[in-house]
Amino acid sequence: MLNEIGHYALVLALGVSLVQALVPLAGLRLGDLRLMAVGSSAAVAAFLLVALAFAALTVAYVRSDFSVLNVFENSHSAKPLIYKISGVWGNHEGSVLLWILILTLFGLLVATLGRNIAASLRAATVAVQGVIATAFLLFILVTSNPFARIVPPPFDGQDLNPLLQDIGLAIHPPLLYLGYVGFSIVFAFAVAALIEGRIDAAWARWVRPWTLLSWIFLTLGIAMGSYWAYYELGWGGWWFWDPVENASFMPWLAGTALLHSAAVMEKRDALKVWTVLLALITFSLSLLGTFLVRSGVLTSVHAFASDPTRGLFILGILAFFIGGSFLLFALRAGSLKAGGAFAPISREGALVLNNVFLTTACVTVLVGTLYPLVLETVTGQKISVGPPFFNMTFIPLMVPLFVAVPFGTLFAWKRGDMAAAAQRLMAGAALALVAGAVSAWLAGRETGLTAALGFTLGTWLVLGAFAEVLYRTASASSLKVRLRRLAGLPRATWGSALGHLGLGLTVLGIVSLAVFETETIADMGPGDTVSIAGYELRLDRASEVVGPNYRDAVAHFSVTRNGRPVTQMAPARRYYPVREMPTTEAAIKTFGLTQLYVTLGEAHEGKVVVRLFHKPLVLLIWIGALVAALGGTLSLCDRRLRIGLPAPARRASSAARGQPASQGEGA
Amino acid sequence: MTRRLRSGRKGRRLMLIALAGVALGTAAALLLFALGDRITYAPTPTELVAGHHEPGVRIRLGGLVEAGSVERGADGLVTFAVTDMNARVPVRYVGILPDLFREGQGVVAEGVLQPDGRLAADTVLARHDENYMPKEVVDSLKASGRWQETAGSANAQ
Repeated sequence: MLNEIGHYALVLALGVSLVQALVPLAGLRLGDLRLMAVGSSAAVAAFLLVALAFAALTVAYVRSDFSVLNVFENSHSAKPLIYKISGVWGNHEGSVLLWILILTLFGLLVATLGRNIAASLRAATVAVQGVIATAFLLFILVTSNPFARIVPPPFDGQDLNPLLQDIGLAIHPPLLYLGYVGFSIVFAFAVAALIEGRIDAAWARWVRPWTLLSWIFLTLGIAMGSYWAYYELGWGGWWFWDPVENASFMPWLAGTALLHSAAVMEKRDALKVWTVLLALITFSLSLLGTFLVRSGVLTSVHAFASDPTRGLFILGILAFFIGGSFLLFALRAGSLKAGGAFAPISREGALVLNNVFLTTACVTVLVGTLYPLVLETVTGQKISVGPPFFNMTFIPLMVPLFVAVPFGTLFAWKRGDMAAAAQRLMAGAALALVAGAVSAWLAGRETGLTAALGFTLGTWLVLGAFAEVLYRTASASSLKVRLRRLAGLPRATWGSALGHLGLGLTVLGIVSLAVFETETIADMGPGDTVSIAGYELRLDRASEVVGPNYRDAVAHFSVTRNGRPVTQMAPARRYYPVREMPTTEAAIKTFGLTQLYVTLGEAHEGKVVVRLFHKPLVLLIWIGALVAALGGTLSLCDRRLRIGLPAPARRASSAARGQPASQGEGA
Repeated sequence: MTRRLRSGRKGRRLMLIALAGVALGTAAALLLFALGDRITYAPTPTELVAGHHEPGVRIRLGGLVEAGSVERGADGLVTFAVTDMNARVPVRYVGILPDLFREGQGVVAEGVLQPDGRLAADTVLARHDENYMPKEVVDSLKASGRWQETAGSANAQ
């Protein structure tokens, strides 16, 4: 019964979304404020209906109602409760439902928090959100109904793909979708501005926090997915340049560029047209990602099913929104007025540089991701594009950008002083070069060049991240005064510093792994030892452990260093009888930021293949992402940026102060 | 610098165009180079044996693990043959085989083609659940006419 209510709620949500899409537009046309206001109520109703549908599906999973096809195919009565809940979106239909739930949640937020923006602009935004929701509700109802029944109901389910039976499934998709779908607000906002044909100060103040919010979630979602793949797949890799990873990375690159260009627009009223275009591009890339992952044109852990009608349907959605928004842009962008002038060496100039390099890098990732698909369609030749391609194209574009970051944060708006910035960064540059030289010496001939370049850049970014906050408090007379001034800096300034610090930390982690990682493989029987990076691992014994819906064959290792016991490690091969599927459970031990990583292969003739990795500073990769996300959160809490807070007073006062250099803030 | 600021919009636009031109030009050059040199070809075993590919290129080979071909050496060394039931390619791999690697089952091996026609694989992928068949395997079997819908039913859910 509840199942049918869920289905019915989805159908109703489709109707409500249509109202949300059409009525405010009609109101806009007729200049009728009451019609415009209908959109907001419709957005609230759409969210409640989709939430009801989502709750109905969740209940079906928790109760193991195998008369629902979706539950039968992806759940099992013996599955632990947490995976019964997260399993709701561990399949095609459920993940689309989660996508729509988050979309309508953002629609609700725009409708309720946007009280301070002009009624017409808000009406257009809510309407565009309604159009997106309508398209995806049609998609789920026509091609991917999660509430389909199965008659007669089977006795038990087929269980969830074991790789997905992990806490990662509970965290990674919701975070990623919050990021992906969050950009729909910025998109809707940009389209609304184009429909209206003008961009005012309120528009600029809105775009920045919503971009920031989506960016934080997307950063966390990607980082979480990366760590999940790292420990769950048992390959020891953290990024594979897999098309599905690229699908989430492209909106991240464009979103990062948008974050920076929105800062210019907000502060200086410049780059308006470009910011609007970037907002369109960012969400278009989110849609492209959804298409690549959900249509089945790619094979990966993420592609749950490949029904050609689904692919065609999403392709249609993609064509409609990208084509429509770009057409609108072509027609209306000319009516947006260009903003203030600036010199090449200035905060704006640096942010433009950031945008040029990030979008260019995004283009290379796009080419690498789509080229194999296009080539196969056109010539029939089958190729694949992997890490060698992306290392060759992506990394060279990042190097000049990373060099420029600390300079950019020191430039004043409008016109910066290159010589002064260089002087202030001298000490940092010297230290970075020392770090590069030392690591090159440690790395030896083969990887010395990578080490030198990578560690220099990473250290440069880490030290450079503090340049702005140090410079801005440099005139303090004593340490106490300085600390007080540091604490008193705008949160957005600290946010920018932490964002760049996080980037530097991630770069250090990546380079450290690329240069200093060691790996060894051995056949081991009980009593055998193997050594890696100064650690000795002894295989003590093997055992069997029975879990709720799996069995583990565990190997127990004791780890010693210089003869002294350090820890125990117990990697396993796990077997899920329902799916007849084994998985590898890596054992990971953390020493500071470094990890020891052990996986088991097959056993034969009383021995087992053991693969060991020593991964120096590997945790920095994800800690960097966390620090950057924390920086984003700090920025979001900045009084001046708070969502929904009217801020005309600030505008006026900062204009009166003539935008001094100390007003500066990156993103 | 003051002068440049005053020259205003036109100068800024020129600078923007120059910057974007340099970045895009660099990217285009890198892309062209990488597309010629850093891509991985994905032939079927029949096409690979026919010898259209130079030794040293990266190959992503899909097919079935030939029954009886798997031999294990010391310290994770495995040799096996990938077949599309028409031609076979010997593969050498050091590492841990994926969980669902089985004789007679679908597999994708990626690595560098050796002068003797073997593939020195650095990555071996198998299907990742019981009703999924890698696309490369399906393509290889279809090309050799040995594909049976019942055998694989790739992602038929």
